[in-house]
Amino acid sequence: MNTVIFRTVAPFLTALMLVFSVFVLLRGHNEPGGGFIGGLIAASALAIYGIACGVAPVRRAMVLHPMAISALGLLLSGLSGLPALAAGLPFMTALWTYPTVLGTELPLSTVLVFDIGVYLVVLGAITSILLGLEERDVDQGEDR
Amino acid sequence: MQLAANAPTLAVALLPFVAALVAPLLTAVLRHNAGWLLAAVPAAMFVHFLGYLGPVSEGQRFVFGVDWVPALGVRYQMLIDGLSLIFALLITGIGTFIIVYAGGYLKGHPQQGRFFSFMMMFMGAMLGLVLADDLLSLFVFWELTSITSFLLIGFDHARAAARRAALQALVVTGGGGLALLAGLLLAGWVGGVTSMSGLLALGGGLKESPFYVAIFVLVLAGAFTKSAQVPFHFWLPNAMEAPTPVSAYLHSATMVKAGVYLLMRMQPALGDTALWTTVLPLFGGLTLLTGALLAVRQTDLKLMLAQTTVASLGLLVMLIGTSDARVIEGAALYLVAHSLFKGALFMVAGGIDHEAGTRDVTKLGGLRKAMPITFVAAMLAALSMGGLPPFIGFLAKEVFYDGLAHLDGATIMVAVALVGNVLLFAIAFAVALKPFVGPEVHTPKHAHEAPPSLWLGPLVLALAAPALAIASPWTGAMVAGPIVTSILGRPFETDLHLIPSYIGAAVILSLVTIALGIVAYLGLARLRAAVATVTTAVGWGPDRGFDQAVAGLARLAAVVRRLVQPGGLEVYITTTILFIVAALIAPPLLLGVAVRAPVWPDVTLYEWAILGIAVLGLIVVTTAASRLVAIVALGIQGFAVAVIFLLFGAPDLSFTQFMVETLSVVILALVMVRLDFRPSDHRPPLVAARDLVIAAATGIGFTLLLLAVVGQPFDSVLSDFFAENSRAIAHGRNIVNVIIVDFRGLDTLGEIAVVMVTGLAVLALIGLRARRPAPAMPAAAAVAPKAEGRL
Repeated sequence: MNTVIFRTVAPFLTALMLVFSVFVLLRGHNEPGGGFIGGLIAASALAIYGIACGVAPVRRAMVLHPMAISALGLLLSGLSGLPALAAGLPFMTALWTYPTVLGTELPLSTVLVFDIGVYLVVLGAITSILLGLEERDVDQGEDR
Repeated sequence: MQLAANAPTLAVALLPFVAALVAPLLTAVLRHNAGWLLAAVPAAMFVHFLGYLGPVSEGQRFVFGVDWVPALGVRYQMLIDGLSLIFALLITGIGTFIIVYAGGYLKGHPQQGRFFSFMMMFMGAMLGLVLADDLLSLFVFWELTSITSFLLIGFDHARAAARRAALQALVVTGGGGLALLAGLLLAGWVGGVTSMSGLLALGGGLKESPFYVAIFVLVLAGAFTKSAQVPFHFWLPNAMEAPTPVSAYLHSATMVKAGVYLLMRMQPALGDTALWTTVLPLFGGLTLLTGALLAVRQTDLKLMLAQTTVASLGLLVMLIGTSDARVIEGAALYLVAHSLFKGALFMVAGGIDHEAGTRDVTKLGGLRKAMPITFVAAMLAALSMGGLPPFIGFLAKEVFYDGLAHLDGATIMVAVALVGNVLLFAIAFAVALKPFVGPEVHTPKHAHEAPPSLWLGPLVLALAAPALAIASPWTGAMVAGPIVTSILGRPFETDLHLIPSYIGAAVILSLVTIALGIVAYLGLARLRAAVATVTTAVGWGPDRGFDQAVAGLARLAAVVRRLVQPGGLEVYITTTILFIVAALIAPPLLLGVAVRAPVWPDVTLYEWAILGIAVLGLIVVTTAASRLVAIVALGIQGFAVAVIFLLFGAPDLSFTQFMVETLSVVILALVMVRLDFRPSDHRPPLVAARDLVIAAATGIGFTLLLLAVVGQPFDSVLSDFFAENSRAIAHGRNIVNVIIVDFRGLDTLGEIAVVMVTGLAVLALIGLRARRPAPAMPAAAAVAPKAEGRL
């Protein structure tokens, strides 16, 4: 499976999939997609990278431990419910704002922040499982 | 009512907990001298409660409180009458000297601050217990005394014996506490009240209830375990593992009296029935004899005292069980007398141990010259315990002998009380006289008088005994009268005289007790040998039984664990799936849910093709020789299903399904390699057939479920709501995602937390396994450079 072609293509494929996962995440509110699916796609992207190039480069590329990313996502999702409290509304009530950036109206909301948190949780949790499983696989190969 | 005037008391009763907080800090600064300062807390409370003595002796009763947990109807409410007030005075009064004593006794102990803290916590709990009016808060304080007692018995936690004793006390008294909770709740439910004062106001209402026996048994289970009645008496002597201040305070004067307090408190509501007047004297009498005989057997000062405490508690329970006014007056006096002399004697025993280095009565003698003040305190306490005039112990004995002698059919009780008192007399002097008289004996430490902190407490408590007796009219009006009024639930006037007004049965019985007591004291060594022979011959006791019960429980747990956690993944999965099958198939079979065959839809060619792929995947899964092929085939089946979702208008679902299937295949393949599964299936035919049946049943079950669901008329309320509102309220066209992140956002927050925790758990499991096989050294060196990058 670990052919030269696969190893060469894998980084590009991973990059493409990661961009696509962000696209899926952002369009989720109106079109099929969302944080959960986006996170799964991103995890698959990193899985491909890991299978092709080994675990260590993936870890280096992620900078943070995947579990830390997952925890960060959970924190972000939890925090996204707080602004509503400040506005005197029940926890997690959606708040929207429509700033104009470079002539385009951008619909931003606490819901989007929440969805990004979901994305990070799924991405982090799945990736850490995948990498954890793969890692030992490599160990064994070297031990023998 | 009366809340405004009595509100300070509610706060005052919480002072010990505050003191518990600052005690470690204070001890860090002042070291053992902190005891003097901390003792000011119970002393101040004692003075505060003294203020109630006047009104209470005039027959007043105070009930006041504030809401604690309004949602459950629990109040922090107090009931101050004669009974609870005298208990509060004993707890704070004796507590003052105990804290002073603990300062000297544990001088230089590295954990003295913690000890003070535990003691203060216990004091607060005990005070809360006797003052509590609300039934649930009574239970809370009751269990709090058990827990603090556990901490104090196990204070010397480096020793196994202390740990065992602490655990034993917690199991016995805590278990009894649970029974008490049930009893109190049941009583409250039957009476429709939530407070003790409410229960007492019912009069005899509980006694006519069909639940009376249940309430009686449950309350007694609580009282008997706490007050160490046979057959639960074994924990109390073991609790002597605690430092002496604990034994002197908890296991003589206060905590073990909680059961007695409860029985006294509930006597108007539960007492004076045939059951009450049979069961209580029976168990009380048995406990009295058991405790007294076992006390004779001991040579350790503390253990002798502990067993006499058991005996005295038995005596009290027996006396309460008569439900007779005069006898109960005797019990009330004895209660006070016992707290004073037993507290003093325990502290004396601790003082001797502290100064002479041993508590073994056979190795002690001639200490009177070295420790004169301690000797005086010991003698005063022993005279009260032995029931000699002019001491309150004598007064108490006179009154209950008098009461018992006038009671019909109480001959056995008189005999039991007599035998018990004779033995207690002998033990009293064995503890208080023997170590001090006779020729001087060489002791492990060179004995000299204890510091003031060690003799102050015993001396004051011992001096209180003659003081209360000589002021007998005051004692009757202020102490005995109010207590008996509370216990009987009706006004009671007492006429207490130190000098007997007539030569009756009581005086004769007292004289006989003293005469026989002297004989028993002189023949104590022979008596001890005789009891030892008997106990050795019997061999088994409840203490051993406790160990056997605990060991049996551990064995049972092992059996259950082997049954439900055999450790084989196959068993877990099979069991789980079998339960799913049962849950799916049993309801339609039992309830007869109609399952109609669905209307066969028009299926286009490409839909057939996709279905065909799914079925093909399944066939490969079941027949594949290699596991890897089976996993991939399962993925193909999943992809086919995802395509079906896509075709039938669920793009989100199918999208997710695609991703999940992909990742499942990757993860399963990785797991397989990692766990060294055999690459192919090696199940014997019989097991394979069994699994086939289970799998088929699961499939049939899910099909039935789906058909039943589809057969119901479709309720479109929810889909209509979301279709209408997702754009209007949540500004999103994708209904599924809007539900996930907005309408049901809180659910999602919980779910992603689960995802994260699952990831953590899996990671931990992987780490656990990876650590087991240690790679050989040369290989490790080769791995090292790469391993760095992985961190």
